[in-house]
Amino acid sequence: MVDPKKIREDFPILTRRIGNKPLVYLDNAATSQKPEAVLAAMDEFYRQHNANPNRGLHELSEEATGLYEGARAEAAQFIGADPKEIVFTRSATESINLVAQSWGRANLAKGDAIVLTEMEHHANLVPWYLLAEEKGLELRFVEITSNGELDFDDFKKKINGAKLLAVTHLSNVLGTVVDVADLAKIAHKAGARVLVDGAQSVTQLSIEVQALGCDWFVFSAHKMLGPTGIGVLWTKEGRYAEMPPWLGGGEMIKEVELGHVTFNDPPWKFEAGTMPIAEAIGLAAAIRYLSQQSMTEVRAHEQSLTGYALGELSKDKDVTVYGPTDTARRGGLVSFNVAGIHAHDLATILNDEGVAVRSGRHCAHPLHKKLGIPASARASWQLYNIPEDIDTFIKGIAKAKKVLQG
Amino acid sequence: MDIYREHILDHWKRPRNFGKLDDPNVVIDETNPLCGDALHFELKVEDGAIKAIAFQGEGCAISVAAASLLTEKAKRQSVKNVLSISNEMMLKELGISLSPTRLRCGLLAISGLRKGLKT
Repeated sequence: MVDPKKIREDFPILTRRIGNKPLVYLDNAATSQKPEAVLAAMDEFYRQHNANPNRGLHELSEEATGLYEGARAEAAQFIGADPKEIVFTRSATESINLVAQSWGRANLAKGDAIVLTEMEHHANLVPWYLLAEEKGLELRFVEITSNGELDFDDFKKKINGAKLLAVTHLSNVLGTVVDVADLAKIAHKAGARVLVDGAQSVTQLSIEVQALGCDWFVFSAHKMLGPTGIGVLWTKEGRYAEMPPWLGGGEMIKEVELGHVTFNDPPWKFEAGTMPIAEAIGLAAAIRYLSQQSMTEVRAHEQSLTGYALGELSKDKDVTVYGPTDTARRGGLVSFNVAGIHAHDLATILNDEGVAVRSGRHCAHPLHKKLGIPASARASWQLYNIPEDIDTFIKGIAKAKKVLQG
Repeated sequence: MDIYREHILDHWKRPRNFGKLDDPNVVIDETNPLCGDALHFELKVEDGAIKAIAFQGEGCAISVAAASLLTEKAKRQSVKNVLSISNEMMLKELGISLSPTRLRCGLLAISGLRKGLKT
């Protein structure tokens, strides 16, 4: 079982105070905090092993190569993949852009359709808008039901004849867990490729890419206790053959003559320039840290906090919560509004209580439009959050009502 | 740091000049796409002066209170005077200190009037 009180000791930032109040960090869906083990691994790299991997023959370069390629192997193992299928990028967003600009530009032509959903983060919308504009593609959006789930019938209609499905695994606003494996089966039968945005799910669900049945799976380190600046693109075996290089530079080539280039083999073919080495090592440390618990235990911890928060929020008639009510159908985050109070004002007053929540539209403008709300507030948890954090958060909402409603 | 002072809450709950004009000749829409705040101003401008002004909008207490305060200040002023209102003056009018991210809420109204009146 996850022991959050013990886990808290591993996160230096959690002893911070905001004004005179202890920090209650509930903005984990935006970015998580980092344990000492991640900070130490990155520090150790710069102090003891810093060099450019896969470049020099000297000892430090060999060490850096071992650490960097070791991080690739750990990232692969974490999602049940082969190291060769892992490309490091700057972020989950960049991973999606890589697929759009490499596979998308080479394989999609005027009139081809891409299926997205109404609950996508901008990271899984804008790369496709850009491509659609350039190529004259059709974008279709699977609708959501009133319960915040994907409309399965609508999906079955829209996937017909489409070339690609790009879908989130866990909505960053509704918290909905999407049955990606079911969608992928149908999408493949319809002849479409499938990209899954795992930015939110990777830290909450146990990921086995083969079981998901997708062609690409993307995530980043910083929401799963790792550093910013490093993302992962997993590509199913065989799909690399459909993907020309995207960015050009060092490492991604085998040989350059003036006027002619021979490209490196994947995954290195997609890693142009010196990569975020320390960040890859930080990601590996985060994976090792997370792996001290099973993902089933992590999921149970977050589900219990979600259940507790939903129960407490439902006691207040002024609170509207978005997304599925069943905690088995949702991840560790809750977006909501308090009647008559704008999310920004709520977040400001919660901050006075030391509570950090997100407010605004969470990089999901189309979804907020669909929900018919200008903005929402969002609280989200991690391994180190405790029920007392939710109590402070709920008391903060009561205080906001008192201040603003008088 | 208490930004929800009484006068701010008062202008938020009972915004002045809230509504529409019968015959506006300047209409301004200003939005903050990041947070979804949207202000809609209607003005009657004659001989370089603001004869009437009204606004509607959806937003946080700070952006609505700022719009209410600004319409009070702009009413029956020359366009030139309104255009001379600086960010500093607008914040002084609000009388509260705002964090960098919430500055946008406090300045949304004045930035809208500037854009709409400059042409």
